[in-house]
Amino acid sequence: MTDNSPVLDMRGLRTVFHDAAGAWPAVDGIDLTVHRGEVLGLVGESGSGKSVAGFSILGLIDPPGEITDGQVTFRGQDLRRLDEEGLRRLRGAELAMIFQDPLTTLNPVLTIGEQMVEAITEHADVAPAEARRRAAESLEKVGITSPRARLDQYPHEFSGGMRQRVAIATALLNNPALIIADEPTTALDVTIQGQIIAEMQRLQAESGAALIWISHDLGVVAELADRIAVMYAGRIVETGSTDEVLDRPRHPYTKGLLESVPGDAPPGQGLRQVPGAAPPLSARPVGCPFHPRCDRATEICRREEPARDADPSGRSWLCHHPLDDGAAA
Amino acid sequence: MTARVSPPHATADRSAPILEMRGLGRDFTRKPVMAERVLSLMGRAPDIPVLKAVRSVDLSIRRGEVLGLVGESGCGKSTLGRMITGITPPTRGEVAYDGRPVSELDRAARKAFILGVQMIFQDPYASLNPRQRVGAILTEPLRVHRRDLGAAEIRERVDSALAEVGLDASYRDRYPHEFSGGQRQRIGIARALIVEPQFLVCDEPIAALDVSIQAQVINLFLDLRSRRQLTYLFISHDLSVVRYMADRVAIMYLGEIVELAPAAELFAAPAHPYTRTLLEQIPSVRNRKRKFEAVKGELPSPLAPPPGCPFHPRCPNAMPRCSLEAPRLREIAPGRTAACHLHDKDRNPHDTSHTS
Repeated sequence: MTDNSPVLDMRGLRTVFHDAAGAWPAVDGIDLTVHRGEVLGLVGESGSGKSVAGFSILGLIDPPGEITDGQVTFRGQDLRRLDEEGLRRLRGAELAMIFQDPLTTLNPVLTIGEQMVEAITEHADVAPAEARRRAAESLEKVGITSPRARLDQYPHEFSGGMRQRVAIATALLNNPALIIADEPTTALDVTIQGQIIAEMQRLQAESGAALIWISHDLGVVAELADRIAVMYAGRIVETGSTDEVLDRPRHPYTKGLLESVPGDAPPGQGLRQVPGAAPPLSARPVGCPFHPRCDRATEICRREEPARDADPSGRSWLCHHPLDDGAAA
Repeated sequence: MTARVSPPHATADRSAPILEMRGLGRDFTRKPVMAERVLSLMGRAPDIPVLKAVRSVDLSIRRGEVLGLVGESGCGKSTLGRMITGITPPTRGEVAYDGRPVSELDRAARKAFILGVQMIFQDPYASLNPRQRVGAILTEPLRVHRRDLGAAEIRERVDSALAEVGLDASYRDRYPHEFSGGQRQRIGIARALIVEPQFLVCDEPIAALDVSIQAQVINLFLDLRSRRQLTYLFISHDLSVVRYMADRVAIMYLGEIVELAPAAELFAAPAHPYTRTLLEQIPSVRNRKRKFEAVKGELPSPLAPPPGCPFHPRCPNAMPRCSLEAPRLREIAPGRTAACHLHDKDRNPHDTSHTS
């Protein structure tokens, strides 16, 4: 493909949650770009805003949540200008989402086949028999054996890993241009996680879809992603190619996350740890939101929010005192 | 920022087992429904499926060691942990504490066992009573088991337990919901420590925590171990955490231990194909854009385990014999055991599996 325009281009997205005391930004002005065939790993701890960012792309934010600012351009159209009907037509077709718990997408009282056929006929004028054939084909693609018989089963008749495969097969039915996967393997066992990752790698490479993989697990993201964006307190504090971000992090939080994973650390030595915990939505500190936990923090970090800094290769970070580019993690 | 602790291996007396499991097993079954009870009265007892969560485990844990217990969901690792602490009574076999079977302990020795073996649970949200203040949560074990202590002593102990897990003494008057997940897990640890245990069964103690908080709690466990000479059974599905924490590692699959080895040896040269599979499947920040080679198949249901070796339907090295005959856990090298036909003396010389 020679088309260089991104599949998704998000600028200054801000999603707030309202309560009696005010509006708290879960996502606080983030920019994201994903190209065709690219895997973007969106990494962060709980409460960092990574899932809200994913849901915001699809417009799946219900009160008390509200998308207040920003532009979300998907294949040239501004999603924020679309009405609910327009969004509904995109979701499950060109834009697909896979959730951590597949039971959130699967209806327990309908067979897998009924749901998959509906997912096709909702978006295209296809005869039921043909839709059923496509559904079986899609199940087969994700490694489900005897797909025709499985179509007549209900979600509870599948194991956790199999349900996630069904959710993936359903998401892929209409050849989406962008797949947003929110912690799709977190609830699964290691061997099943390996299977799902292998399937996703293969299917994504075959279809050329762009993929945003939201995860707290740096290991999973390292194995999958071309680029990584690290979120903290509603902001993308660092983004760049996977190798750059993991081998030479510029933001102290990225480095702290990497050091918190036992990985190759010598056993029993004590891990380097990031002190404290991420701030709650309603008590984000003034200045750089990471400063209370940062060992590089100075006066300016307590006072002023850092502006985005970037280098020519396109990686960027939000930090007053970034780590040296040469510094290995 | 750095928590440095002395090497945990230095103080341990490695000779005497603190706890032994001898043929320990646990079955679960459902209660018969009315029709089935009527049938049994008529002498035609129906077949009610029996789930062998833990089949038969022989394992001894040495004083001062960290034994990592690894397996996927449903392998029986939590049931094993709960049998050790006495929460779940075993169906067969026995647990011996300090060399004596728990079932034969007299009153005083039984109390020493109950206090000496404490459990830390995975979910810090579910294991603390939401209607009790932290002070009351920590006081309760002392009020039940240490009636010799006065109010002032109890208060002192609560404060020092909080300090030991890195929480401020003023937190005593707060409720669990006022704390983050990591802090709640610290409260759970403080509650276990307050009766001065020798042995902690930690059941996925960091699985519910964020990455940066996990590192803090791992450091706390290492720190407590060297300070109090504790022994841990550290149950986890996360091999990288176990590699980091454990002296020895036991791998469980479908209710049985399939491999036991010193941690360094297990990770350098896994003997069982299942261990090797697990190691290959751990995602790591060192790997980039790796092509995943998936293991075939699902975990079999423990209600209908495969005949022969339970891993054979998924095993890349399976031979005809594996579906007929279950391998026994046997010594394959000093201090290492594995349950796999590949390690038989008369095994096929052409196979390419590792041995140590």
